[in-house]
Formats: sequence, C-alpha cells, structure tokens
Amino acid sequence: MADGLSIRGISYSYGPKTALNDLTLTVPSGRFCALLGPNGAGKSTLFSLLTRLFVAPSGQITVASHDLSQSPRKALAKIGVVFQQPTMDLDLTVRRNLMYFAALHGLAGKEADARVGAALERLDMAERAGEQLRALNGGHRRRMELARALIHRPPVLLLDEPTVGLDAAARAAITDYAHELAADGMAVLWATHLTDEVRDTDDLAILHRGQLLARGTAEEIRRGMTLSDRFLQMTGEDAL
Amino acid sequence: MSWFIALRAILHREALRFVGQRGRLVAALVRPLVWLFIFAAGFRAALGLSITPPYQTYITYETYIIPGLLGMICLFNGMQSSLSLVYDREMGSMRLLLTSPLPRWWLLMAKLLAGTLVSILQCMIFLGIAAIWGIRPPVVGYFAVLPALLVTGLMLGALGLMLSSVIRQLENFAGVMNFVIFPMFFMSSALYPLWKMREVSPLLADLCAVNPFTQAVEMIRFALYGQPNLPALGWTLLALVAFAGVAVWGYDPARGVQSRKG
Repeated sequence: MADGLSIRGISYSYGPKTALNDLTLTVPSGRFCALLGPNGAGKSTLFSLLTRLFVAPSGQITVASHDLSQSPRKALAKIGVVFQQPTMDLDLTVRRNLMYFAALHGLAGKEADARVGAALERLDMAERAGEQLRALNGGHRRRMELARALIHRPPVLLLDEPTVGLDAAARAAITDYAHELAADGMAVLWATHLTDEVRDTDDLAILHRGQLLARGTAEEIRRGMTLSDRFLQMTGEDAL
Repeated sequence: MSWFIALRAILHREALRFVGQRGRLVAALVRPLVWLFIFAAGFRAALGLSITPPYQTYITYETYIIPGLLGMICLFNGMQSSLSLVYDREMGSMRLLLTSPLPRWWLLMAKLLAGTLVSILQCMIFLGIAAIWGIRPPVVGYFAVLPALLVTGLMLGALGLMLSSVIRQLENFAGVMNFVIFPMFFMSSALYPLWKMREVSPLLADLCAVNPFTQAVEMIRFALYGQPNLPALGWTLLALVAFAGVAVWGYDPARGVQSRKG
C-alpha cells in the first residue's frame, strides 16, 4: 500500500467550471485500477494533476509515500506515465528516444543501456531498437511509450487512454501487458472510456462530471449487468 | 550529477534533430538570405548610411543589415522552438520533460540553451554564406560574435518561452508573426540605424531604443568588429533575466496558465 498511489480530497476548477470535485481514490501496489469515464469526465485533468502539470488548490496526492506537493521530485521519480499524446521524436531511433528519457531520469552510460535493453526485451521490441520511430506502426509506437514509461522502474504507472486509435489486437496486447505489470506488483491507474478494457477482478472507479460515482471491483459495480449497460445506466451516456 | 545528464541529453537530442531535419535548416536560412540578397540589394540605393561606430568607413547596406539578420535567425528560432513546445507536435515531449524529477527551471533553461545552440549554428552558416558573397567582418568578429549570439539566442528563446506560458491567444505562428516578430524586428536597428529613425520620429526612435531586440542587434554589430558594447549587453541580459523569470513563473504548476489545458 505504501508504494501505491493515493489521492485524497482533490478538487479542481477551470474558472467557474468544476472539473474535479473532492475526488478520493487509492491504488494499492499490485492492483490494476481502471478509471472509467466518458469524455469530459475529468480524467485528463486528474492526470495533469498527478503528473504535476498543474497543482490542485486542495487535497493531497501521494506517490509511493511521497507527497506530490511537498516533495514533487521524489514523487515524480516514482511515476511512469503514458500520455495520450505521443512523446517521442519520430526522426530519432527507438533506442535514442529511450536513452533520452532515461537521461531525464538521471540514468546514463551502462546503466541506461541496460535499462533500455531490458525495457525493449520485455515488450519484444529489441530487434526494432535501431529503427526510426517513424517506421513503427501505431501499435508498436504505443508499446514503445509503455517501454519508455517503465525504464526508471517506477512503482506507480499511469496510463491516460493508452489504446486510443489502436486496432483490437494492439489494444488487447497493451491491456494484457498492463494487467501483468499490476500482477507483478505495480500500482496501475488506467484511464479509459472503453468498458471492454476492464476485467471483473480489476478495481474500478467511475468518474462522471468530476464526481466519483462508484468505487469497487468491476464485478461488484456492474451488479450482474454488462459493465457497458451499468456504465450507461449510471452516467446516462453512451459507452462503447 | 543527474542534472547534467539531463542537460546533456536535451542538448544531444536537439543536435540530432537539427542534423536530421535538413529542411528545417534550409527554411531557417532562406529567410535571412532573401533579405540579404534581394531586399538589401534593392535598398542599397535608397538608404544612405553615414559612418557610425563600429564601422570606420562607409559600408554597404548589405554589411549594415548582417547583424539584424543574425538577430532575425535567433528571433524566429526562439519563437518557433518555444511555441512548438506547447502548441503542436511537441506537446507530448514537453509534458514528458516536465515530469522529469528535476527542478523545472533547470529543464526549461536546458531546453532554452539547446535551442540557442541551434540558432548559433545557423548564424555561423549564414555568416559563411555572406562571406562567400563578399561580406566579411574581421576574423576576430567571427569569434567575438559567439557570446553575443548566445546571449541574444537565450534572450529571444526566453521571450518565446514566456509568451508560450502566459499568453493564451498566441495559438498559432501567424499571431506571433503579427504581434511579436514584426513589431520587434521593424522597431529595431536591424534594418535602419536609430539616428535615421530619429529624423522621422523621435518617439519611434525611443521605442526602438528600449526594444531589447535593438540592443541585441547592436551588441552583435559591435561584436562582429571585435568590440564590446556593454550597455547593449547589459540591456539584453536584463531582458533575458526578466523573460526567463516570467517563463519559469508561468510554468510553475501552482500558478501557470498551463492549467487552461483540460
């Protein structure tokens, strides 16, 4: 638990518009927590707060026991993030991209080499290391984003709609892999609006208009209905 | 230690991008070269220049506008690299940078330095082409101009960074052209000396004089002849500190208008 992610009483507004209202959520180590919400629910705002793009005026976020507002650098060092936006340079090789990221986390030389090699190995991308990122298809690029997010071995992994724009096979591969990471002991927070990415045993938080509507395992929350129907019932909006 | 690893990586990445994107280099050089070969040639007859320091003899108009065009390279680069961070394809890489567990001001300054070094490289290539064209400052100028370009590049990059952090409306490059680059460039000593401007309008000349771009161009102009221009250096440094300060403030997560992005 101490190594996981804890969000307590976070609120955020853009001017008069409330984006998040008193949100509390914990993701213990070893758990996959799906944050399910329609577009505009506040998922991206939450991710911006978790990655300290901006800070919430109230509430507290702790990452692996480090308070994000009090010791931001220690907390950030414990987070791996896959953003919605691509973060890699298309003109550089896969390896160069990953080495750049490693350096941003203070890793260089043999240590960085080894980490990058291991990350590529884990995602079966080792043979693509010398290729320009441009040569990779969308699914592989996403996989590289994930490999990148794991290089500094963070105990907490945040993924903001990581499967957007991918085909079914690539989507399933990344979803499976994130579940494996959780099974191996990471705390994984996975934001999505797609109910089929959530498994019954996953922790599930349903976010709607900045409010948390439900919190529990997916199985508890769906109450015998399909998750998609239950989600629709709760939010009054279409889920896929 | 990790600070310098990150700094080195940021500089290295910028260098690789610079080498990898030939088109970017060509585009960056075409602009000042068009001014030099076409505009200056046409203007040569129209504008009479008297001998003012650092020049010791009559100079052609082409020689006069070289420092201004060096400034122009730094100005466009500074705006482009800073704004691309925020508004287009670099959005993701900026977010990545900001999640690095290093002080944010350090990361921003590293980014600024990387962009500036690219500007300096472009300036030196431009000076090389100008030399082939027959416009050659003294040899010492090629070395003395380096620190002047460094300060200029940092100052204009910091301006871009500041704008990207505090102004919402500059969503595209056209807006920046109209409201920042054109006024800054034309209201400076890049194309005409200030005394010439003063003959037309003292007010305009005063505005030109306080424009940090004018000061940067004058600093470059003197450096190209191996002479220091301390007031210009001081003014440019002051602007650099001010712009960088506001930029770091603007990227502070607790205050920055970055929070406009949902």
